[in-house]
Amino acid sequence: MAGRMITLRLNGQERRVEVEDNETLLYVLRYKLKEMSVKSACWKGECGLCTVLMDGKPVKSCMVLAVEADGSDIVTATGLVKDGELSPIQKAFVEHGALQCGFCTPAFVVAAHHFLQKNPNPTREQVKEFLSGLICRCTGYAQIIDAIMDAAKYYRGEQKASP
Amino acid sequence: MSKQAFKVLGKPVPPPDSYEKVTGTAPYTFDMELPGMLYAKLVTSTEPHARIKSIDYSKALQVPGVRIVATGKDFPVRIGIYVGDRDMLAIEKALWVGHPVAAVVAESIKAAEKAIDLVEVEYDPLPAVFDVEEALKPDAPLLHPDIANYKISPAFKPVPGTNIANQFRMIKGEGEAGFDKADLVIEKTFKMPFLHHAYMETWNTIAHYKVTGDIEIWTSSQSPYAPRYLMAMSLGVPVGKIKMRIPYVGGGFGGKAGVLIEPLVAMLSKKAGYKPVKLVMSRAEQMRSMPVIAGYKAYAKIGFSKDGKIVAYKVRFLFDTGAFADYTVNVARTAGYACTGVYDMPNVYCESLAIYTNKVPTTAIRGFGYPENHWVLERLMDMAARELRMDPVKIRSINLLRPGDPTSTTGYGSPLRADAGDIQGVLKTSAELIEWDKEPEQPKEPWKIRAKGIAMSLKGPSQPPNAVDAAIVKFNEDASVDILVATGNYGQGTVNALRMIVAEAFDLPLDKVHITWMNSTEWMPYTWQTVGSRSTFTVGQALLRAVEDAKRQIFDIASTVLKVPADQLELADGKVYVKGEPWMSIPLTEIVNGYTFPNGQVLGGPIIGRGIHSPGILSYLDPDTGQALPINPETGHSEPGHATVFYTFGSTAVEVELDLLTGDIKVLKATQVYDIGRLINPLTAKGQAIGGLIMGMSRALYEELIFDDSGGVANPNFSFYYVARAKDIPDDIRIKFLETPQADGPFGARGFSENVMIAVIPAIANAIERATGVSITELPMTHERVWRAIKEQRPDLIEKALKAFQEWKNASQG
Repeated sequence: MAGRMITLRLNGQERRVEVEDNETLLYVLRYKLKEMSVKSACWKGECGLCTVLMDGKPVKSCMVLAVEADGSDIVTATGLVKDGELSPIQKAFVEHGALQCGFCTPAFVVAAHHFLQKNPNPTREQVKEFLSGLICRCTGYAQIIDAIMDAAKYYRGEQKASP
Repeated sequence: MSKQAFKVLGKPVPPPDSYEKVTGTAPYTFDMELPGMLYAKLVTSTEPHARIKSIDYSKALQVPGVRIVATGKDFPVRIGIYVGDRDMLAIEKALWVGHPVAAVVAESIKAAEKAIDLVEVEYDPLPAVFDVEEALKPDAPLLHPDIANYKISPAFKPVPGTNIANQFRMIKGEGEAGFDKADLVIEKTFKMPFLHHAYMETWNTIAHYKVTGDIEIWTSSQSPYAPRYLMAMSLGVPVGKIKMRIPYVGGGFGGKAGVLIEPLVAMLSKKAGYKPVKLVMSRAEQMRSMPVIAGYKAYAKIGFSKDGKIVAYKVRFLFDTGAFADYTVNVARTAGYACTGVYDMPNVYCESLAIYTNKVPTTAIRGFGYPENHWVLERLMDMAARELRMDPVKIRSINLLRPGDPTSTTGYGSPLRADAGDIQGVLKTSAELIEWDKEPEQPKEPWKIRAKGIAMSLKGPSQPPNAVDAAIVKFNEDASVDILVATGNYGQGTVNALRMIVAEAFDLPLDKVHITWMNSTEWMPYTWQTVGSRSTFTVGQALLRAVEDAKRQIFDIASTVLKVPADQLELADGKVYVKGEPWMSIPLTEIVNGYTFPNGQVLGGPIIGRGIHSPGILSYLDPDTGQALPINPETGHSEPGHATVFYTFGSTAVEVELDLLTGDIKVLKATQVYDIGRLINPLTAKGQAIGGLIMGMSRALYEELIFDDSGGVANPNFSFYYVARAKDIPDDIRIKFLETPQADGPFGARGFSENVMIAVIPAIANAIERATGVSITELPMTHERVWRAIKEQRPDLIEKALKAFQEWKNASQG
C-alpha cells in the first residue's frame, strides 16, 4: 500500500505526515504525530475519548480516516492552553473536581469548549444530552456538568478569560 | 463532637495533577514508548474447554517485522494473589473462549495484528461447564484438577477434585436452628450478572527484561508492590530485581489490583532478545480475555420476630469465578463474612463458594463482595418491612449494629468499636435528605409512578491480616516536604488527601508539600496494595507517624541550638518555636539539612521521617465457622480478632420514576450519607460519592456481560455493554458526610470510596417494590426484565397504565 503525504494544522502548527489510506486520524495523531493528549478506550466510535476538534467541529478521530483530515485544522486539549495559561473550560474542570483518573478529560474538555462556543447559554439538560457521546467512568458526570455550566459565563463574555 | 480548627483539612482542594490531566499532558502507560520497543498481541482460544494439540506459528513468523511467537510451553507457570491458578498463556488446556494461547511480538502493532491471524491452533475439545450449579455436580468437567498443587494463601480452602476454588462458611449463634424462633420467614433467590469494570484505560504494560536479570516494568496497575511480589514468586526471579513503575493510571475500580499482565510481558521481553515489549489490550480483548467481575446466584432465607427483629439469617452464595478464581476467592469470602451488613443478628448460617466455570476469569472489584451481599440483605429488609407492615426506615433502625456494645457483634463474632461511626445518625440523615415521610409528587403521565427507596451499607477493607504500610517524609532545602508513599493514584484523590494530612500535621502551607506522579518500588517504601478504601486510613496513619518521627529529629537539633528541652518546642509556619516565647525560633530551612553554627560546624543532617501502619488487630477467619481466630495476647491486643481495620457506615436513598408501559426506570433524585470520621477534602469526597452513586446506578439498571452458547462474551464493547452516560444521571443529588472521628484514623478519618456504590443498587429495587409490589431479585433492572416482572407479578398495573395511556392519547388528539 502506497503511503501519501497529508498536511494538517495540529494545535496551530503545520504538520506533514505520510499516511496509509486505511489509517485513522486517531492512529496518525497518536502513533505518527505523537499527540498523546488524544486518548482512546474502544478504538471504534463508542467511548468518544479520541474526540478532537476538526475545523472547529468535534469528531471522534477513530471514525475519521487520516486522508480525510488532509488540509484540516486539528485542536486537542493541549491546544486550548494559551501562553501557558489554562483556558476557562480547563480551569473550571479543575475547580469543580470534574475529573478523577483524567483519561477521558482531554476529550470532555475539547467537546465542552466546542459546545459552549456554539451555545453559551445552555440548560443542564442540553449539556447532559451533548455529553452523552462520551464516557467517563469515574466522576458520574455531575461535576463535569457543573464545570460546563460555570464556564459558560466566560463564553458569554461576562468574565474575562483569566480572572 | 467539637469542631477542631484546621488550616488545610476540610477545604476543597483540587488534586495538583488536575492541571496535567485537563491539558492532556499527563503520561499514562498507554502513552509511553521506550527506545527499540516492540509490540505484542495475543492469540486467543476459540474453544471453551480443550486440550491444545498443536500450535503452528510458522506462517506468523514470516510476517515482516515479527520477532517471536510464544506459547504456554515457554512459561508454564501459574500466578495469583490468593489462589495461584492463572496461567500467562494457556498451559496444555484452553479454559474459555478468549483464553490467551499464544503471543506474537513484532516491530509494529500492525505486524503483530497481521500475524495473530496466521497462528494455527489445533484443539481437542473437552466437555465444558458454564453454570455454577452444573459445575458443582459430581460428574462436572473439572477446570483445575491439579489445584492441590497450586500456591494457595492460608486464608483459603479450595476443594480438590471439584470446581470449588474456595469454600467459606460462617456460623453464629445457633446457625440455622435460629429459624425456630421466627414469626416470619422469607426465602428468595438473588442473582447478579458478570460485569466489566470499564476503567477507561485498558490493561497495558511495558516490560524490559535486561541481560543483567533486572526487569523494568511500566504498567497501568493500582499499586506496585503486591504485583511485583507475585511476579517474582511465580517466575522465580529475585523480587529486588524487579522495578515496578506506575505512571498515571486511567481508572482501576479493583480491576487493576493484584497482578495483571506484567509477568507475561516480562517473559516476552526476555524471549524477544531482552527488548522492551508493550502489550495493550483492546476493549474487546479486555472484556473477553482478561479478568472481569464475577456473577453469582444466592439462596437466602431470613427470619424475623413479630416486632421486626431479625432472629436468623441463612445465605448461600454461589460465585461464578470463571476459569480463574485468583482474586475472586476473596470477593466471595468477603461477601460471606460481611453478609450480615449493618445488622445485629443472633443466628447466622452463611456459606459462600467460589466456583470455576469455562467462562472469562474474574477478579477484584470496587466494593469487593459488599454490593453483592447488600443486594441480598437490603432487599430482604424491605420485603420483611412489607410483610410486617413496618416502615423500611424503622425496621432497619431497630436492627442496626450498636457500636461499642459488646453484645452486638458482626457475623464473625467481633463487636464494633464505640467510635466506629454514628450508624443511627446515618439512617436518620438519609431519611431526612430524601424527605422520607413526604409522598413523591406523581408525574402528569398516569402510566408512570414515582417512588422512594432506601438502603443501608457498610464497607471495610478486605485485606490480609498482615497487610502493612510504610511512609516517608523528606525535606527539600526550602523546607518543603516530599511525601514518599506507594499508594496508587488512579483518580480516587487519596494521595492528595494524604498531602493535606501531612500539611496539616506539619503546619505547612499546601504548596510546600509535594507528591509525585510516578510510583515505583525503587523509591516508594512498601505498601501492600491500594485497594479496599484502605489507604487514607492506613497510609495516613503511617504518614502521621513519619511526621512525628521527623519532628523528633527537628526538635533534637533545635533543642541544642535554642538551649531548651525538646518537649518545650513546637513547629508552626515553617519555624521551630519555643512554646510561649515565639521570638525564640529557628526557620526550618536552617534545620532540614542539619544546623550550621556560625563557626561552620554542623549539627545533625538531613531530616527524613518514617512511619508504618501495622493492623495488629486482624486475624484469619476460620474457614469452617467464619469466626475470627483469637489474637496473640503478647501483642498487647485482646481477642477476638477482626476482619477489617474499620467499617464505614452509609446509606443511599432514591426517588425513581417507573414507566409501567416500558419498564424503564429513571432515577430522579439520589441522596447519600456516610460517616467518614473526618472530611478531609470536600471536593474530591463529593466526587467519589457521586462517581460511586452513578457506577452503582449503572450496575443496577444497565450493566451485564452476556455469554453466547460457547461461554464467550457476546457484548465486549460499549455499544452492547452499556455504562451510564451523562443523560442518565439524576439532576438532584444530595451528599452529606457525618464526622464521628475514629481514634486511630488520621485526624479521625475512615475510607469510603467503595461504600458509595453499594446501597444505591438495592435502594432502586426497594423503591420499585414499595410502589408496585413488584419484587425484583435479579440484576440489571433493564426495561425488559422490569416489564416482564410487572407483567408476571402485577399484570393489572400494565392494563391500568395502558388504559390511562389510551385515554391520554385520545384526549390529546381530541
